[in-house]
Amino acid sequence: MSLEIAFMQLFNGVSLFTILLLMALGLAIVFGLMGVINMAHGELMALGAYVTYLTALAFQAVAPGAMEIYLFVAIPMAFGVTFLFGYVLEKGFICWFYNRPLDTLLATWGLSLILQQAYRSIFGAQEVSVPLPTWLTGAWEPVDGIQLPLNRIFIIGLTIVVAVSVYLLLYRTRWGLRMRAVTQNRAMSAAVGIDTKKVDARTFALGSGLAGIAGAVFTMVGSTNPGTGQLYIVDSFIVVVFGGVQSLIGTVMSAFAIAQTQTSLEYLLSGSLAKATILLLVIVVLYFRPNGLFAVKQRS
Amino acid sequence: MKLTREATEYLTVGLLAAVLLAFTMTLDPFRLNNVGKYLSFGFVAIGIVLTWGYGGVLSLGQGIFFGLGGYMMAMFLKLEASAPELPDFMVWSGIEALPVWWEPFYSLPITLVLIHLIPAVGAYLFAYAIFRKRVSGVYFAIVTLALAMTMTVLIVGAQSTIGGANGITDFRTFLGMDIVDDASKMVLYVLQVLVLFTVMLAALKLTNSRLGKILIAIRDKEDRVRFSGYNTAHVKAAVFALAAVLSAMGGAFYSLQTGLIAPSLIGVVASVEMVIYAAVGGRLSVPGAVVGAILIGFLKSYLSETFPEYWLYFLGSIFIFVVLFMPKGLAGFFDRLRVGRALGGEAR
Repeated sequence: MSLEIAFMQLFNGVSLFTILLLMALGLAIVFGLMGVINMAHGELMALGAYVTYLTALAFQAVAPGAMEIYLFVAIPMAFGVTFLFGYVLEKGFICWFYNRPLDTLLATWGLSLILQQAYRSIFGAQEVSVPLPTWLTGAWEPVDGIQLPLNRIFIIGLTIVVAVSVYLLLYRTRWGLRMRAVTQNRAMSAAVGIDTKKVDARTFALGSGLAGIAGAVFTMVGSTNPGTGQLYIVDSFIVVVFGGVQSLIGTVMSAFAIAQTQTSLEYLLSGSLAKATILLLVIVVLYFRPNGLFAVKQRS
Repeated sequence: MKLTREATEYLTVGLLAAVLLAFTMTLDPFRLNNVGKYLSFGFVAIGIVLTWGYGGVLSLGQGIFFGLGGYMMAMFLKLEASAPELPDFMVWSGIEALPVWWEPFYSLPITLVLIHLIPAVGAYLFAYAIFRKRVSGVYFAIVTLALAMTMTVLIVGAQSTIGGANGITDFRTFLGMDIVDDASKMVLYVLQVLVLFTVMLAALKLTNSRLGKILIAIRDKEDRVRFSGYNTAHVKAAVFALAAVLSAMGGAFYSLQTGLIAPSLIGVVASVEMVIYAAVGGRLSVPGAVVGAILIGFLKSYLSETFPEYWLYFLGSIFIFVVLFMPKGLAGFFDRLRVGRALGGEAR
């Protein structure tokens, strides 16, 4: 294997890593920290993708000259809309199911079916895609033989921004402090005067908003259809569970491990065999470390 | 006369079997065949009642075992249909010799043994390993979900040896008997109802036995059962294996009834749908699970043909409604009526 191929493999791995991480970050907060198992998380990603699509349409209609920068509007829009949707969802739906994990699983699965059908009724069953701004098409060629697609580089940058923001939000703000307090000890947090219900709703909304950003990113690498969310939900759960719930750094590491293994395997095996191998590997690792690869030791 | 809960259950099972047999006289062959198709999911639903309702173990991967049973039966039928040639999809992909692991399926007895043996052993070993590590609840559900996904990915990827995304289809004889004509469909249906009846009786027997009590105890407080000296991982794995066998039986009947088995019938979405059959019928009721499978199956055919755009709305709402308002499903509803009457209309 030549050096160029090795480098491209590494880059592909990093690129997949950032996409997996974006997908899993929201879930790591909703499922990992809050313990809410939201099977409709994939549909929230699809919502973000559709919001991006709508923003692109709006730009095309109103300000075709500004198409170059529509992403900078679309990504915050995707975040904002799914954030609000998540907030409403928590207030009106999820809050009925706390402490009933298996019921939550089934009810949110039902919700995901309803959302899928809603997307199908509104946007049609066919795939929709958005035009890429010209500055994101093409590839950067630092040396001969190595081509790095610009959209992938953009996604890597975006992921870094998002991950750092989430870190700062959770660990450097009052809001994040309350979130962590409530997820670690609900009763005690309530006792010291934190409005736990409000924190729950906001935390869930934040996780949903992150799903929206992931959805916006999907439009840059592929097209969107009503079933898009379902494709990614199992992968996202695998990343979070593999990394160890309650551990955001675990999610990062696990996304990286899975992405690098998957791209290397895809180079050696067929795509489906690589995918199956990954899933089986994860199951085997979970057998030896039931709490995930990077579980934090704590009292339950 | 006041019936005990146990007697009522046996009575319901008998009644259900009688109604299902009566269908042979009232329904036309096409509809009968459809009911037969729903009944194959009834087997799966009974398994889910045992593991989820009684054992508290939710598996989102029952489609795996349904698929194992369905595929093994289809492999047998396909070999018979294409003998002495290779199955058509192998010929199209340029395969020249039958893969070794197809060989056993030339023989019906071996096929039937394997349909029961492979899911049982596989499910037991897998589940015992997982449960011994005290992985349970949501994590077990997600692991089974991942397995269901793995299975479909593998099958779809193996176009040349197992038919890929198209699945296995185009078989019409069973031991030389034509299985698409009406008379043999009738025979098949009656056979299936009789097997289902036996399975329902056995499942009821199990839930009313000591083992059933231990299962309930494990569901409600596993630690205490463990402290009392039971190997709870073994009990849960054994019941999971039983559910796997039931799913495989259902899958085998499905292949026979519909002449088709494909990855889309056994994947993640299909596996989660199987849970809703049991949930609608009542996760604690054996006959309820079968009724749930028939009811949802019928509504699925009816709605997705007449109002295709409403089917998913409906199914999604059912999931939410059952979880929120009818945690014990239809069976719970009838139970309340019965108890209500027994107490002189005084609701509990």
